Amino acid sequence: MGEKKIGVYVCEGCGIGSSLDVEKLLNVARSEMKVPVCRRHAAYCTEEGLESIKKDLDGEGVNGIVLAACSPRVLNEVFQFPDHVVLERVNLREQVAWCLEPGGEDTQMAAEDYLRMGIVKVQKSEPLEPFQAEVDKTILVVGGGVAGMTAALEAARAGYGVVLVEKEERLGGWMARQFKRYPFNPPYRELEDVGVQDLISKVGEEKNIRVICSAEIQKIQGAPGMFDVFVKGPQREESFKVGAIVQATGWKPYDPTRLGHLGYGAIQDVVTNIELEEMMAKTGEFKRPSNGSKPQTVVFIQCAGSRDPEHLPYCSSVCCMVSLKQALYLKGQDPSAAAFIVYKEMRTPGQYEEFYRRAQKEGVVFVKGEVASVAQGGDGKIAVEVDDMLTGEKLLLEADMVVLATGMVPSMAVEGDMVKVYESLLQADQSQKTEQASVADRQKEGMVLHLDYRQGPELPKLFYGMPDSHFICFPYETRRTGIYAAGCVRQPMDMLGAEEDGRGAALKAIQCVEMTSRGEAVHPRAGDRSWPEFFMQRCTQCKRCTEECPFGAINEDEKANPLPNPTRCRRCSICMGSCPERIISFKDYSVDMIGSMIKAIEVPEEEEEKPRVIVLACENDAYPALDILGQRRLSWDPYVRVIPLRCLGSLNLIWIADALSKGIDGVLLLGCKHGEDYQCHMIKGSELAQYRLSKVSETLDRLALESDRVRMEQVEIRDYKRIPSIVESFMERIREIGPNPYKGF
Amino acid sequence: MAGDGIVVVGGGIAGITAAVEVAEVGFPVDLVELAPYLGGRVIRSNRYFPKMCPPQCGLEINFRRIRKNPRVRVHTMTRVTSIEGKKGDFKVQVKVSPRFVNSKCTACGACEAVCPVERPNDFNYGLDKTKAIYLPHEMAFPNRYVIDPSVCLGKDCGKCVEVCPFGAIDLDMKEQVLTLNAGAIIWATGWDPYDASRIDYYGFGKNPNLINNVMMERLSAVGGPTGGKISRLSDGGEVRRVAFVQCAGSRDENHLPYCSGVCCSASLKQAFYVREQYPDAEVTIFYIDIRALGRLEDLYVKAKADPKITFVKGKVAEIFPDKATGELILRVEDVDKGEGITSRADLVVLATGIVPTTVKSPVPFEVPCDDYGFLVSSEETGIIPAGCVKKPVDVAHTVQDATGAALSAIQSLKRR
Repeated sequence: MGEKKIGVYVCEGCGIGSSLDVEKLLNVARSEMKVPVCRRHAAYCTEEGLESIKKDLDGEGVNGIVLAACSPRVLNEVFQFPDHVVLERVNLREQVAWCLEPGGEDTQMAAEDYLRMGIVKVQKSEPLEPFQAEVDKTILVVGGGVAGMTAALEAARAGYGVVLVEKEERLGGWMARQFKRYPFNPPYRELEDVGVQDLISKVGEEKNIRVICSAEIQKIQGAPGMFDVFVKGPQREESFKVGAIVQATGWKPYDPTRLGHLGYGAIQDVVTNIELEEMMAKTGEFKRPSNGSKPQTVVFIQCAGSRDPEHLPYCSSVCCMVSLKQALYLKGQDPSAAAFIVYKEMRTPGQYEEFYRRAQKEGVVFVKGEVASVAQGGDGKIAVEVDDMLTGEKLLLEADMVVLATGMVPSMAVEGDMVKVYESLLQADQSQKTEQASVADRQKEGMVLHLDYRQGPELPKLFYGMPDSHFICFPYETRRTGIYAAGCVRQPMDMLGAEEDGRGAALKAIQCVEMTSRGEAVHPRAGDRSWPEFFMQRCTQCKRCTEECPFGAINEDEKANPLPNPTRCRRCSICMGSCPERIISFKDYSVDMIGSMIKAIEVPEEEEEKPRVIVLACENDAYPALDILGQRRLSWDPYVRVIPLRCLGSLNLIWIADALSKGIDGVLLLGCKHGEDYQCHMIKGSELAQYRLSKVSETLDRLALESDRVRMEQVEIRDYKRIPSIVESFMERIREIGPNPYKGF
Repeated sequence: MAGDGIVVVGGGIAGITAAVEVAEVGFPVDLVELAPYLGGRVIRSNRYFPKMCPPQCGLEINFRRIRKNPRVRVHTMTRVTSIEGKKGDFKVQVKVSPRFVNSKCTACGACEAVCPVERPNDFNYGLDKTKAIYLPHEMAFPNRYVIDPSVCLGKDCGKCVEVCPFGAIDLDMKEQVLTLNAGAIIWATGWDPYDASRIDYYGFGKNPNLINNVMMERLSAVGGPTGGKISRLSDGGEVRRVAFVQCAGSRDENHLPYCSGVCCSASLKQAFYVREQYPDAEVTIFYIDIRALGRLEDLYVKAKADPKITFVKGKVAEIFPDKATGELILRVEDVDKGEGITSRADLVVLATGIVPTTVKSPVPFEVPCDDYGFLVSSEETGIIPAGCVKKPVDVAHTVQDATGAALSAIQSLKRR
């Protein structure tokens, strides 16, 4: 772009005008910061106010707007300007006028600092130029079970080309081996046809879908909008381009050979629910494997290897319903046959309760208890001893057959995944392991995608072999952009759930190719058109950016140079924070920009006894909390200056040096909770900030400063009442330490 | 143009999700919400299970997605009155109730300070009060005041009009009728808690210390009536013994025959709210089955490991106050012990279930429902149910379902 011409607009509305000396503020812009266009207005959000700014865009040629008014979180629809204009919102309302003493000297100083920072930010910003690339909008679906077929069909019906890759000879997955399904439709009492054959034929008839069976993925390289997929099919190897990927590789049954204590393996008539289902599907008959006779008494053992720390710690969600269904197979074959279901908790949520009631009416017997032993009894019978939790006594059941309700293991899970141990970066560092190494080790099995990514070939997992994601708010998001997990690979669910899940994942894949083609980021900074640029001449091949990106966006060449993939990037700026050479920048966010903002803060002389503390705040949680604090007219320390960060993970340690060497007394970081139940939307951002802080002592030692001058606190968006006291306790500590000796340097 | 976009009805987590997912693909969306703010039931929740994180965090992201996406048009205080047409080409007539505060409002709060009238705060289930002109809650989106006409003194008072510096208050504002065109409609109007006063042997509504689970969310929330302090509503005192009554009206053919799917995990979560605030308090959960599916099992395991949380398998038959102590007495059929027991608590939380809003406010169009009033998906109608209006589910499953609904809706547009 050409010369930047900045206009500063100070709004007087909502108490700003009465709280601050606006003329003095404008003087800071005019005289000190040499801003050519400086104006004030009673309310810039009014038509007249907005018009007055727009007039300057044409009349004065203003192309950088510093709007000192309300929070950047409000009135976004009002303050819209053309793309060539850089806009910075300086939050004088929520974070100055509404929470600091009106008319106070310190309040005025805070406002002036915020204005300086805003002006510097615009000086250092450039208009955004979205990353443009040729985008292929084909969707790759991996896995041809219910979730995968549904994803393929639904994406195709929305007009997108789909390639569906299945490793088996034919489509259908586990559900194709089922005899009947339990009811999905009202009145939720009758067994239903499984319906998978119908789904298979619909997929076959859909012209937008190409199915490749007996095929495996050998390699996927590239990035959203431009993945290259290499597939080995039954006849040939081929490669093609796709834009986004749905991984629907399903589940495997829990290995029943580990259930010897329940008689599996030793007793022929102890079978799993899967084996029974396959028998029913093949023969339509419920028979004893040992002699082919029809059983008179069958015991179904729930949670066989589930909800058990020795086996699968979680609940597989479907086994209760499956056993009810199978008990009805028995009752349907022979109404006089006895079906016992031994359970800890019957879990038939929602309308499925109707089916539970149906089974009760059909005479299925429910025993709440734990199985103590399963042994071969006389007469070919099986002796099942149960600790009955209702009577407190031992109950002995003599059965012809035992059916073990075994659970689901996500297809990505490998040995060791079922133990829930969260290792923080600090711990990993101490044990000399990097996350990447352990990922690579543990993913040797369960490999599907074979991503040619520096951080490993598969989706990163969190617990139990399920992909790492914000599984409550944004369940489809994984840590690999443009790759969405669907169905039982993600968590245990039934066929109805898998259909819904396949549909949702297909939407996310479609959305990803559309947003990528518009040059926009996907979740969580959806729509962001900035992207990181690397000044490679200064790169020292330290690999921090390639290691720390939570989304595996950056590959590496053989000389350890970073190879960025802008369409994989989520714009969290964690790479920018990681880089010791500060070579990674966005047009509207850079190390230099934040550093310059910090340097723009006026630090009073020591004798004025006005300390200065910088708060670096996560933009999504801590920053809104501060807005709410203002909205509720709570007050807090006037010596604090807040700088929002895209994510605390974008913290570059140079900022701390910048601040402290300028005489700022302390730096407080407000970020999201990390660890097992992390809340950071960039997954690792706040944890990385903490990790980097552990290395800051070197900087502080060099400056001969106390390490307590820098602190990080975990806060939530709801912590608007707690934050003032967090700050207060930090200020107290700063006062104890005394003023930063670098003041006035 | 007719049918180029989607109408999403309901601005809770299902509707918000469906709307932003559609809009980010690239289609226009009208998001219609009855309340003066978005967020539905979830924004009134204190924390989500199992991560115990605040819902406002994910909602902040979603609100930003809406704010920055011109393809989403939000209509609050709006009700759908009729639907005409067919899949691919609907005309949806909506009525917009007057807010009496226009888009000039900056939420500065000057009006609230002078308003002389109070009203029960429905956001906090009536547990505290707001002025007649009020900001619905601290994260209200849109961030704009609203007047409750049932208590406002109108022009006779007019203090707010005088004090507003922006001319944002218009006491003459009238109801508006709009017609929205849509290729498909996503129906995501969510749920109401089952009316516990219909369970006469509990006496809900007669004792302030007997509350339901949605009230418990507000009682624990920092923006709630007690600033987040869980206390006896009778006298504001601290709690020592808290009882959770599972299946209060659920899995019961006299009330809701189905299981609401989420109440067990919600009570586990709320038990931890109590434990966090009161290290010595005793929590008892009376249950039939604890239904913590999938990895929610972890939450159950954690609760069972807590020595202060006791699980009693049994149906609570009766709750009545002890006149002498003010405590509540619960009479329970303890299934484990095979006998009737009594238990005492100074706060009782009824885990009431989910009733689809379509029971009270049916879709004004022919759509299939089950016996309980939940909507049934059907490809033909072009009206796509999402979230708890379809089956009782938690937030994660609602988001999952609403994302899929977004794709179904888009197909109606593409295939035209």
